[in-house]
Amino acid sequence: MSDSYSQAPTAGGMPGRVAIQTPGNPHDGHSHPHHPKLQHHFDDMAQQAEASTLGMWVFLVTEIMFFGGLFMAYLLYRWANPMGFQEASSHLNVWLGAFNTAVLIFSSLTMAMAVRAAQTSAPAKSQVMWLVATMILGAVFLGVKVVEYADKFKHHTVPGPHFVWDGQYPAAAEIFYSIYFCMTGLHAVHMVIGIGIMLWITWMAARRQFDSNYYTPVEVAGLYWHFVDIVWIFLFPLLYLIGRHYGGH
Amino acid sequence: MSAGHVAPIKMYVAIFMALMVGTIVTVAVAFFDFGYMNNVIMLAIAVTKALLVVLFFMHVRWGTRLTWVVAGAGFFWLLIMFTLTMADYMTRGMIAGTLR
Repeated sequence: MSDSYSQAPTAGGMPGRVAIQTPGNPHDGHSHPHHPKLQHHFDDMAQQAEASTLGMWVFLVTEIMFFGGLFMAYLLYRWANPMGFQEASSHLNVWLGAFNTAVLIFSSLTMAMAVRAAQTSAPAKSQVMWLVATMILGAVFLGVKVVEYADKFKHHTVPGPHFVWDGQYPAAAEIFYSIYFCMTGLHAVHMVIGIGIMLWITWMAARRQFDSNYYTPVEVAGLYWHFVDIVWIFLFPLLYLIGRHYGGH
Repeated sequence: MSAGHVAPIKMYVAIFMALMVGTIVTVAVAFFDFGYMNNVIMLAIAVTKALLVVLFFMHVRWGTRLTWVVAGAGFFWLLIMFTLTMADYMTRGMIAGTLR
């Protein structure tokens, strides 16, 4: 709380404040007491950043409940069809799932590094580099997902009139794949939106919008990205791994 | 400074490595039959990984108490939903003639 921006509003009345705030070069730090990104309803940059972070967390709580409904459906139907779920799960490609898990974890690291680059006022070039790396890893994840989905269509394990199942539990398998497509589909939509947000943040970073005084958009985009990673951390074992030790098909 | 502890790069890399190890262990465990323990181990690893992401990558470790409460409330309410729903389904039919 010791920098000039956050102290400014209370520093001695500031008679010239209105005049000083007229539009000008935002990098011309010495001529105005406020950070140009400080909204008038906040006391200082720290309070503003805290409010944004808290707001994002409230949104993420709604996201937890959004995905939570699907996790609830998974829990209930798996409890009702334990053997059918194991049989259906054993047909998923565990290696593609594990590869994608590693890709997403790596993308969380690059995202954390992007936030850190902004926090430490690293050059725009390195901020952009970490953000682009995160987007590329997100795209790799979605590419693998496309391969997996295509495989399901090829083998008729997409729920609906063309669903075909050779195993012992066709009805439970169809429920499993319904839940599989809903959960991984909603997750993939979040990934696409995440990449969209990242494009915008990268554009801002390239225009030198972020430094140690103001990096909230990167931080908040990071929270979203990490949340989507967490969803996958649960989806991977619950969908791909429950049938691995199951020999019956 | 506008909110924000800058975590050392080494710490981020360490968290990343821990997450990768967790992934490898969870895949390895899935190939053995430990009965119901498979689920317990799998979920314990997933929860640990999620906690690492929340606390370090999402900076909650250095966050305000309000952030802790809000983030915690989300997961707590999720557990309430799971518990109450399963308490319903798992006990249906326990009293004769009440099934469905």
